[in-house]
Formats: sequence, C-alpha cells, structure tokens
Amino acid sequence: MQALVTSLVVRASEGEEHELNPLIPHPIELILSLVVFAILFFLVKKFVVPAFEATYAERTKAIEGGLAAAETKQAEADAKLAELEKQLGDARHEAARIREEAREQGARIIAEMREQAQAESSRIVEHGKAQIEAERQQAVTSLRAEVGTLATSLAGRIVGESLEDDDRQRRVVDRFLADLETGTPGRN
Amino acid sequence: MNVAAVVRSADGFTPPGPADFDLPAIGGGSTVDFLGQEAVLGVTKPMLQLVLAAVLVFAFFKMASAKRAMVPGKLQFVGEEAYGFVRNSLGREIIGSHDFQKYTPYLFALFFFILLNNLFASIPLLQFPTFSRSGMVYSLALLSWVVYNVAGIRKHGFVGYFKLQSVPAGIGGPMLILLVPLEFMSNILVRPVTLALRLFANMFAGHLLLILFALGGEYLVTEMAIQYAPVGVIAWLLFIAVAFLEILIQFLQAYVFVLLNAMYISGAIADEH
Repeated sequence: MQALVTSLVVRASEGEEHELNPLIPHPIELILSLVVFAILFFLVKKFVVPAFEATYAERTKAIEGGLAAAETKQAEADAKLAELEKQLGDARHEAARIREEAREQGARIIAEMREQAQAESSRIVEHGKAQIEAERQQAVTSLRAEVGTLATSLAGRIVGESLEDDDRQRRVVDRFLADLETGTPGRN
Repeated sequence: MNVAAVVRSADGFTPPGPADFDLPAIGGGSTVDFLGQEAVLGVTKPMLQLVLAAVLVFAFFKMASAKRAMVPGKLQFVGEEAYGFVRNSLGREIIGSHDFQKYTPYLFALFFFILLNNLFASIPLLQFPTFSRSGMVYSLALLSWVVYNVAGIRKHGFVGYFKLQSVPAGIGGPMLILLVPLEFMSNILVRPVTLALRLFANMFAGHLLLILFALGGEYLVTEMAIQYAPVGVIAWLLFIAVAFLEILIQFLQAYVFVLLNAMYISGAIADEH
C-alpha cells in the first residue's frame, strides 16, 4: 500500500504539473454558449413557437367550429321535428273536426229529410181530404138535384097535380131540402 | 505477494482526469492564460457540438412546425408533442396559464438545447458531453439568473421583488434577522451556482465514469495477468449499463435545469404570499 500511495503521489507531481481545475471556465466557451443559445432562442421565438401556437389555435378553432356546427345541425333537426309533430297534430285535429262536421251534417240532413217527408205526407193527406170533401159536395149537389126531381115527380104523381112549372117546383124542392137540412119537418 | 503485483501493474495505468476534458483545438492553436489556467485559443470539439446542437434543434422544429396541418403527420406530431411537453408540463403547469406564454420560447429552446448537448455524450462518434465544459454551463446559469430576477423586478419593482425573495411570509420579530440573509442567499446568490454545478458535475462525472470503465477494462484485459481479464469484462459490461443510466441522467439533468428555471420564474413573478 505504501508503494501505491507513493507511486500515485509521484505520478501526480510529475505528470500533472499544472493540475487542471475543471471548474475554471474557458473564456471562449463562456461567450460562445451564450451567443449560440441566444441565436437559437431568437430563431425559435420567431419561427417555431408562433407556428406551433398558430397550429394549436387553429386546431382548437376547427374543433370548436365543428362542435358549433353540430350543435346548429342538432338544433335545426329538433326544430324540424317539432314542426313536423305540430303539423301532424294539426292534421289529426283537422281530421277530427271534419269527421265531427260530417256527422253533424248527416244528422241534419236526416232530420231535414224526415221533416220534409212528414210535410209531404201531411200535404198528401190534406189533399186527399180536400178531394173527398169536394167529391162529397159534388155528390150532395147532384144528389140534391136528383132527389128533387125524383121527389117532385113522385109527389106530382101522388098529388096528381102537375108540378110542371119549373119555378114553383124548384122553390118547393129547395124549401124541402132546407127543412131537411135544418132537421125540422116540413111545414107544408 | 499479489497486492504488490497489483500495485506494480497499476503504475502503468493512467486514471482518467480533468485533462481528458480539455480537448485540443482542431487544427492546433496557441493558449492563453485565463484565471490562472491555460485555455486553448481555437475551435474545439465541444464548441462545434454546441453549434451543431443549436442547428439541429432549430432545423428539426422548423421542419416539424412548417406544415401546420390540422391532422399532423409523423414529423409534425413528434414536434408538437415535444413542444407541448415543455409548453404544458414545464411552462403552463409551473408558471401558470396567465404568464407562461411569455417564457415558453425560452424554456423550450433551453430544454432541447441542453438535452441534445447532453445526449451528444452517448451518440457514437461525438461521445462528448458539451456541458462537461464548465464555461458552457456558467453562461446558461447566469442567463437563467438574469431571466428570473428581471422577471421578478419587472413584476414587483426592485424593492418589492427583493422583499418577496428575502422576507418569508408569516414571520416577524428577531427571527427575521436570521432568516432574511438566509433567504436572500438561497434565493438570489446560491441558485445560479447550484444550477450550474448540478448540470456540469453530472455531465462531467458521468463521462469520467464511462472513461474509467472503458479504459480500466481495457487495461485489465490487455495489460494485466490473464486471471484479471474477467474483471475487465465485467468492467465493460458495467460500462454498457452505466451508459444507459447516463442517457437517463442526460435527460433528467436537462429536465431539472429547465424545471428549476420555470420554478424560479414562477416564484419571482408570484403574487405576494
């Protein structure tokens, strides 16, 4: 060991007369490092960082734009859907209204028809009644004339008195018939 | 005696040290004395790596962000994910959605600049962590210090800002005499130092460890007695394992550096607590 230590000491003293101290800087390196870094810094600041930042910003904008566009589309779709639903509801409402109207109209038509038929039937009955009355009147009139003639001729035959005089004959018959109608027996 | 044999053999092995990080200038060059230490005057490999990292980071993200498609392709997707990772998890989460946009370019550029420079330590042919050179880290730490302090002073004013950083809320009386200097130290003075040392030391130590495993394994296999060869193979296996661990550390250190930046900014522009 003694030998090793001695040899190292000897070697150190003879080999490294001026022992280098690595902590003492080299003057050129001191300046060069600063200059080179300064140049790199300005180049990076001027060309690289703005380019990266711009790309970042553009990308953010593109993504946000895409999101906004999607949101707009969604809103549009929602609005369209709401509109269609509203239209569908309107159509349903309209259909119901039309059906209701048709039902009412049908009911009204039936009622009208019924009324009309009733009126017609009563008109026909009325007409029939009137005709019967007219015919009866006619029959009464002709019967009166015939009964008068018959009764006159019969009475003439019985009485034997000629009742050829038309005037008198009519008067007698009329009186008779009037009596007959009032229900009082003939005074003659 | 075996120990003696080991010791004798060890005499031939040169352990890796800070000199392995002091790469010569490409094409040679003179040296200049700086703070009592010789510094090469010329273009070195870590300097080229630093520039390469900046070019690659800008080229990749410029291409990824150029198309600006709404539905991103593979390249754009990877770019957006990477950008979004820093923007959201480091910027928005920590600084808050109100102010983070202002600091996003800074945090974003810083994170990928450091990350790529760290990963260079594990990329074949490059295989050197740029930030194992302390000078490279000092200026970034200094920049971080300026950024968060300026942000705080802008928001609260000079006096208001230093009051915010130095006077803890809810404490009064004589305790303040003790706490105000401590708070001022930890929030204003120590932060850039720890920030720088953390990144630098991790990259430095990680690379040193890898060199040690690689060279030590090689020495054990080729230079020493045959019975030590398996130990050398184990060293190489450990090299592979540590190399994977290093990738994780490279990412973590970049993340921590930017995370702390974001937290310092967040603390500096926070409302009075």
